[in-house]
Amino acid sequence: MEIRLPAMSPTMEEGTLARWLVKPGDAVKPGQVIAEIETDKATMELESDEAGTIVALAVAEGSDGVKVGTVIATLAVAGEDAPALAERPAPAAAPEPAERPAAAAAPAPAPPPAKVPATAPAKVPDAVPAEPAPTVATRRQTVREALRDAMAEEMRANPRVFVMGEEVAYYQGAYKVTQGLLDEFGDRRVVDTPITEYGFAGLGVGAAMGGLRPIVEFMTMNFAMQAIDHIVNSAAKTNYMSGGQMRCPIVFRGPNGAAARVAAQHSQNFAPWYASVPGLIVLSPYDAADAKGLLKAAIRSPDPVVFLENELLYGRSFEVPEGEHVVPIGRARRHRAGRDVTLVSYSIGVEVALAAAEALAGEGISAEVLDLRSLRPLDEAAILESLARTHRMVVVEEGWPRCSIASEVIAICMEKGFDDLDAPVLRVTDADVPLPYAANLEKAALVDSSKVVAAVRSLFR
Amino acid sequence: MGQSPKGRAEGPARHATPAVPGRFDALPEIVRHQPDRETYLGFYRMMLLIRRFEEKAGQLYGMGLIGGFCHLYIGQEAVVTGLQAAISPGRDSVITGYRDHGHMLACGIPAKAVMAELTGRAAGISKGKGGSMHMFSVEHGFYGGHGIVGAQVPIGAGLAFAHKYRADVLGEEGGVCLAYFGDGAANQGQVYEAFNMAELWKLPVVFVIENNQYAMGTSVNRASAEDQLYRRGESFRIEGLQVDGMDVLAVRGAATLAIDWARTRGPILLEMKTYRYRGHSMSDPAKYRTRDEVSQVREQQDPIDQAGREIVALGLATDAELKAIDREVRAEVAEAADFAEQAPEPELAELFTDVLVERA
Repeated sequence: MEIRLPAMSPTMEEGTLARWLVKPGDAVKPGQVIAEIETDKATMELESDEAGTIVALAVAEGSDGVKVGTVIATLAVAGEDAPALAERPAPAAAPEPAERPAAAAAPAPAPPPAKVPATAPAKVPDAVPAEPAPTVATRRQTVREALRDAMAEEMRANPRVFVMGEEVAYYQGAYKVTQGLLDEFGDRRVVDTPITEYGFAGLGVGAAMGGLRPIVEFMTMNFAMQAIDHIVNSAAKTNYMSGGQMRCPIVFRGPNGAAARVAAQHSQNFAPWYASVPGLIVLSPYDAADAKGLLKAAIRSPDPVVFLENELLYGRSFEVPEGEHVVPIGRARRHRAGRDVTLVSYSIGVEVALAAAEALAGEGISAEVLDLRSLRPLDEAAILESLARTHRMVVVEEGWPRCSIASEVIAICMEKGFDDLDAPVLRVTDADVPLPYAANLEKAALVDSSKVVAAVRSLFR
Repeated sequence: MGQSPKGRAEGPARHATPAVPGRFDALPEIVRHQPDRETYLGFYRMMLLIRRFEEKAGQLYGMGLIGGFCHLYIGQEAVVTGLQAAISPGRDSVITGYRDHGHMLACGIPAKAVMAELTGRAAGISKGKGGSMHMFSVEHGFYGGHGIVGAQVPIGAGLAFAHKYRADVLGEEGGVCLAYFGDGAANQGQVYEAFNMAELWKLPVVFVIENNQYAMGTSVNRASAEDQLYRRGESFRIEGLQVDGMDVLAVRGAATLAIDWARTRGPILLEMKTYRYRGHSMSDPAKYRTRDEVSQVREQQDPIDQAGREIVALGLATDAELKAIDREVRAEVAEAADFAEQAPEPELAELFTDVLVERA
């Protein structure tokens, strides 16, 4: 039988075959560990399900980027004819894995530009760098590593900074974001909590009032609903209620929004909830550079910050400036310049918007992509400035449509940008339903670039 | 359902002092404090200040000068007076719920600043933006003033976490947190989340349950499966102690024990058996207990009268001297009330300040 690389988490797409613990000819028993697989979250042991003899290893030790579903070894199951199997050639190359469920996959490719009116303008030069090419050296990092580095750098700089949450220390982070922090800072500053969100959120608030700088990790923001009283009532309102005396410098962070196939109770975007609360700062970065720079700014902030990450982005790699990199709170970022329409988004929605912009470029529509990054305070000036140039806007949001960040952006355009509008501002969001489990329903519920492209086209009819 | 809990009487709650206060065997017995003259008169004066302040706040509420919710501490004065006397302001921290006026006075915050907050004036301790339930003083180590029942308990555990962290990691002086809550809050789940972490991490915190017998209108034994609240930490291995909260010297004695325990060993739970004379808030219809019950406690167990009688019996002061203290206190409270009435309201521009920390 063929042993294939299994998916070891809801979002795993590939892994590294770190080590083989068996060689051809070895007999294995059910439950015996045959290999160590490094996923983007952890190093995990792969066990044999069957008793038998290893016939061949198809993937060399140390291979990285092995796709889920790839045949990595063949096993002669006890009773099968081992020599016959051995004569079969080992797979020469890793086969492509079966298509992954929608949410875990990269944004869908843009649909063919069949329906574009013939009057579409000639293709414009696009992908103009939105920000000047960085003059500082950069290096490629995952969002996960960038977040970890941000915490580690701030913890080195300020002994009052500590991190607490479920599995942040010995487990190295449920999503591996706090990997290595325990080794460097010890368990007084990297604190594993019991599963007690309401309690440890309140405890973190008290520690902040008591002069420390806590980073409170929620395993996912879904669980922070158990603690939202402390985030809103205890943290956000303290400075105001005390007439400006009592500070609460705390960061509540964790993955937010839909992951992959984890269904309704584990898939929700809380950005609009927190962004509606005066007294909070709400940040939701897309790429690794912003993840690092904004988390550092959050940790230094004298105000309470809700820092919304995205599980699907943790493993994505981007260029991150070397050395000290802090991104100011409250400023949007243009990821792509354009002149016909502005796509406004944040977090994983930016990825969708960029894919849509690329597809639209093929149809001769030049789309600008504006990443809000900071949801409270919101960079109204950047939204209105872009609208004043493109005169059309679509808000792309991985979240529900009602009372959303999109709703807010549209209100701003109505109130302050009305004269610049050549068309109504549209929103492209998830469906207004609890997120379903079935792969096809989930795909239909989530925002994707084809929906964005369709919305933009409708503005040019 | 429909049956009364085994071994418990229905109807009006038992009140105040049990014959033998409960405690865990691991704890030493409380040694009732033996004050010198100055200390005992100081306790008497503080309890009286809280009483007269609250009476005045009740009057100002009736006149429409104080709005919203206003929860008076009358009857419970011995609890905060005895406990606060045992801590070091500036080093230790204090946090409580919404019935917080007495705690602020006992922390040494000027009566004027508290009363002006109640009337919503710019000179209030929170610039008029917090009101009765939301007052803080960084200077006096008073961390609120929290309006959500039970929320102050994990926050208090967090203050204790900061005390321990500052000692262990930063090499600063350690402190203890006194986290006060009521018998009603004692049924909130987050209290037990805090207990668990406090004992797990040996945080220097004294959890003080001010058991005034009623959570709004619900008596303790109509709401609590375990109504001996000092035992509520048992499954977290937190030692507990029941104290006559109407006897300021018993409270002061328990405070020494508890604070020493918290500094050296970790959390401890004090159940202060006390009684609230007034309604839960100013709008309490008081249908859940009899007038007789209240007047019986007032006559037999009033913390201020008891202390006054003992002071005179011990020859520490005369009745005339105690009356002089009362006159002084009344004058101080009257001055605070006049100030709070006359002080200007906040400037309208204050509406938008302090939402976030002001950036230079």
